[in-house]
Amino acid sequence: MPEKRQVAIVGVGQTDFGALYTNKDAQRDAYALGAQALRLALDDAGLRKEEVDGLLTARIHYEHAGHVLGIPGPRVINALEGSGRMSGVAVQHAVSLIETGQADVIACVYGNNGRSVKMTYGGAYTGSPTTRYDAMYGMTSPGAYVAMMYRRYMHDYGVPDGALAPIAINNRCNAAHNDVAVMRDQISEEMYRESRFIADPLRLYDYCIINDGGVALILTTLDRARDLAKRPVRVAATAARGSVSNYYTSTDFFYSASQDVAQRVYAGSGYGPQDMDCLQIYDNFTPTVLFSLEGFGHAPRGEAWKWASLDRIARDGEMPINTAGGHTAESYMQGWGHHVEAVRQIRGEAGARQVSDCNIAQYICASPIVTSHILVGE
Amino acid sequence: MDTQKLIAMLPPVTDANRDFWEGTLAGEFRLQHGDSGLPRFPEAPVDPVTLGEDAEWRAASGRATLWSWVVMHQHYFPAFADKLPYLVAFVQLEEGPFLMTTLVDPPEHLECGMALHVVFDKISDDRAIPKFTVVTR
Repeated sequence: MPEKRQVAIVGVGQTDFGALYTNKDAQRDAYALGAQALRLALDDAGLRKEEVDGLLTARIHYEHAGHVLGIPGPRVINALEGSGRMSGVAVQHAVSLIETGQADVIACVYGNNGRSVKMTYGGAYTGSPTTRYDAMYGMTSPGAYVAMMYRRYMHDYGVPDGALAPIAINNRCNAAHNDVAVMRDQISEEMYRESRFIADPLRLYDYCIINDGGVALILTTLDRARDLAKRPVRVAATAARGSVSNYYTSTDFFYSASQDVAQRVYAGSGYGPQDMDCLQIYDNFTPTVLFSLEGFGHAPRGEAWKWASLDRIARDGEMPINTAGGHTAESYMQGWGHHVEAVRQIRGEAGARQVSDCNIAQYICASPIVTSHILVGE
Repeated sequence: MDTQKLIAMLPPVTDANRDFWEGTLAGEFRLQHGDSGLPRFPEAPVDPVTLGEDAEWRAASGRATLWSWVVMHQHYFPAFADKLPYLVAFVQLEEGPFLMTTLVDPPEHLECGMALHVVFDKISDDRAIPKFTVVTR
């Protein structure tokens, strides 16, 4: 069997989320947002659209996307659902397809017009065979299922109220240095504590934003990447594990699945948690950051809320987290924006929010599909 | 609360779950057991171990423990608009399955792990909803 090809992310593109957010009444098309991001990603990679021979879409469907983007006949084409766990999954599929030679240049394209269509991420209950059993008690929305986990986490580990404030504050601090971020105003611990509950114990500032935007990533072989203009960002390892039930609420906070993914992603890359120069952690709601830090061996179990102090997770701290502002401050692009930020940090393109000497970054998503990649600058 | 709006949200009674809903009217919380013996809630088409389709419904003990709870402040469902903020509990039945529910007359101080027992809230002639109360020692 021939040796597997190595894979790199060579192009990233994303819309100006803050600018899009200023017009509250716009009716945007998710495919147009994805197209805008694809154009930027192709320019960033220095590749022509005609060179794309694989198209993976998320939140937008492949058939219409392939048509409107003018990529009607790639060797590989498919779509992933519009849930946040799928950004990591899409990158994994792209890596596997390139490794095995089924495609050479894959465009992953994501378009999200959630704000235009007034998404609420709660209140629907007919899409699954079991969600009506939750809805009859008024239970709905991913945030409430995470709140359910966080209350239990507080109980299990003696966590005081307000322990999530550093995560929310850090995201806003980072977004202040991000020209395209939606929420760039700083918040204080007092503001955090006084913000309204959405699903107690979670407050407004624990929640992701709902905004419009698009993100695209271009992946190809590492050999090809070396001929392109920008620093190749190699996918040194990637791994996943399902952790599914009737509920988004995981009774071990996705810990056992995360431990398994962590073991494989660290063994596969040859790096350990201490080697990371920054972490890009899927943060649909702030508790997910704590669950991720523990599941992936960055913080001892039950102690991430103490470990994740503002000093430690700030851009100039020991382990910078969500340097673009994450889902609560930059943009809710369901993990896609976190991938873009990891690449930009490794390339040294993050401007005022650049982490010094950043060569290795980890993406983590603790969710019903736990994913992680280790990205390394060549 | 607008009971008609709530009734419209309930899982429709079907051949697959009729035993469960009849149980709620008879004061029983029934669990489906397939040929592996593993209890399941809510209804599922097959046994998750054997994939066998045969199943029977048995009355559970009605005992459960409080795994966690949230207090919902955000308005999502018109039926719950005048209930805000309201409590949703995630409980584990003694037999194993978890479910979302709510607590009737919860004490001021709740704690994860509290012992609970099922009660049935009859909201119309033909529908009742299982809820739980904290067991006082």
